[in-house]
Amino acid sequence: MWEYTKTVKDHFLNPRNVGVIEDADGVGEVGSLACGDALTLYFKLDENKKIKDAKFQTFGCASAIASSSALTEMIKGLTLEEAQNITNDKIAEYLGGLPKQKMHCSVLGRDALEKAIANYRGQAEKKIEGEIVCECFGVTDIEIKRAVKENSLNSIEDVTNYVKAGGGCESCHEKIQEIIDETLGLEIPAKKKVIRLTNIQKIKLIEETLEREIKPALKKDGGNIDLVDVDGNNVLVKLQGTCATCSASQITLKHYVESKLRELVSPELLVEEVH
Amino acid sequence: MKVIYVDNNATTQVAPEVLEEMLPYFNEFYGNPSSMHTFGGMVEHKIVEARERVAELLGASPEEIIFTSCGTESDSTAIRAAILSNPSKKHIVTSRVEHPAVKNLYEYLSKNGYRVTFVPVDRKGRLDLDNLYKNLDEDTAIVSVMWANNESGVIFPIEEIGGVLKEKGIVFHTDAVQAVGKIPIDLKKIDVDMLSLSGHKLHGPKGVGALYVRKGTKYSPFLIGGHQEKGRRGGTENVASIIGLGKASELAAANVSDESIRVKRLRDKLEAELLNRVPNTMVNGDRDNRLPNTTSIAFEYVEGEAILLMMDEYGICASSGSACTSGSLEPSHVLRAMGVPFTAAHGSIRFSLSIYNTEEEIDFIIEKLPPIIERLRELSPFWKKAQ
Repeated sequence: MWEYTKTVKDHFLNPRNVGVIEDADGVGEVGSLACGDALTLYFKLDENKKIKDAKFQTFGCASAIASSSALTEMIKGLTLEEAQNITNDKIAEYLGGLPKQKMHCSVLGRDALEKAIANYRGQAEKKIEGEIVCECFGVTDIEIKRAVKENSLNSIEDVTNYVKAGGGCESCHEKIQEIIDETLGLEIPAKKKVIRLTNIQKIKLIEETLEREIKPALKKDGGNIDLVDVDGNNVLVKLQGTCATCSASQITLKHYVESKLRELVSPELLVEEVH
Repeated sequence: MKVIYVDNNATTQVAPEVLEEMLPYFNEFYGNPSSMHTFGGMVEHKIVEARERVAELLGASPEEIIFTSCGTESDSTAIRAAILSNPSKKHIVTSRVEHPAVKNLYEYLSKNGYRVTFVPVDRKGRLDLDNLYKNLDEDTAIVSVMWANNESGVIFPIEEIGGVLKEKGIVFHTDAVQAVGKIPIDLKKIDVDMLSLSGHKLHGPKGVGALYVRKGTKYSPFLIGGHQEKGRRGGTENVASIIGLGKASELAAANVSDESIRVKRLRDKLEAELLNRVPNTMVNGDRDNRLPNTTSIAFEYVEGEAILLMMDEYGICASSGSACTSGSLEPSHVLRAMGVPFTAAHGSIRFSLSIYNTEEEIDFIIEKLPPIIERLRELSPFWKKAQ
């Protein structure tokens, strides 16, 4: 059973502003029957260009209905510029939070608002920008990037919860992971760069990685590591401090040091300990 | 608030007679049935009786019944036993609409060296038998097909499949968790090698199940340990629950005709009235060949979770094939396999009755549900357009 807040339940059971505004200034339609949720948002402006009235129609689960209802309440009295600042997070916050798996319902609200404002401004319906990543739900890389950035999402599961991408056949999971890594500014997987690494570059990169990533982690446990030599893809190291006497040192070497170097420098590297 | 429970394919109320029979075995007669003393021995006698009662319900012999912890354990034991005792065979067959207890095990095996055939169903949820038979070969270690589907209630032709598989010498397992107690089953007449059942689906307790293994079927235990269940399932017996399952089986044998007459009549009334009162509504599954207690109804243009939560306000408990109730984004694999359009699958509700439901309860649902659908459709941007 989903744990919904009182506010979600209230907005679901007594939704505000249901209906259609016949002479609306802006209309935004998002979602589809096939997706399982869809929302049409209408707004009317007053003479000061503030939102005088907002109405919605929603097909979807309790949180989709509650998010739509909340959104219409939130935007009333705002200028369009102010309304534009409403993110999906703010909708969820207004409702006292949404279950993680339901965050896409708040995203639906934000998207409808954006579309309605574009509709008012006479902007042509935005062409699908970017490249479709998730074929099942028609989600583009731009949408995924935006969700990752705005909500600091760091897993595929989170992305699915927010924008649905990856929730169907799962064949796009690798691509989504790449987008997450890129957007959050993580190291771009080294295998792409490695091809062009010269020996000197490789040694430098190994040194840097040891200094920046590996040594600080080992030092926390009272250990340390020195680079002795790099012979082709063999990285020769010497463990220091507690690492030198630790019975788990081989595990540290293989599971931590080697995998880190493979990840950040080159997947072909082999780490060996010299005594 | 009164609870109106029409979700009996999810779980059932423990029958009062069952509970009564179980209670002394927690703190009064708490002996270990394996013990040498009389105190333990009398518990052993009750387990013997429970085994006889389960066997009687199935038309089996007591020594063909192994007690387990749940339907899932029975399924896993059966399927693993079949592949372990036929190590050279690497092909396994099941349907596309199995319960996760079978489906996910098959998916796991498909990643671990097994070739898997998932047999499709048609729009009414009926198994494609030609496809099933066509896919059988020398390499097939086991066919596992459910007796009745938990979502649609559709009953598969187990007798016919059993006959074909016997001729070919292929091990046949059926997950009969939803069928046992709801329809008559006589394994003297039907060729099934292994059959899974679960206590809590037939007014017994949760945490107990049974696996029928026909005499002569190659077997290897899943839980290896003590000599319990003649070495076929290690672990101290869940005594009270096994006794409860025995009593529940006895009651089920007595109630199965009531189920197919009175429960079916209530189900048919609920279904007919809802179809009649709510436009754009249809039944998922083969109406001529279903469990007597189950109906899956698709309400177009509304979403299942919203329906469930609004019914919940009246204390009505049912379940949904909608994506939003499961945490996934796609509607149930059963409705998808049947080719129910997404637009209908999202708004599908399963009602599953039991002998404890009353006419008043059914009337209450018939009264309360149509306005809920109407209300949600008024909210929906598609409803007006569709008119």
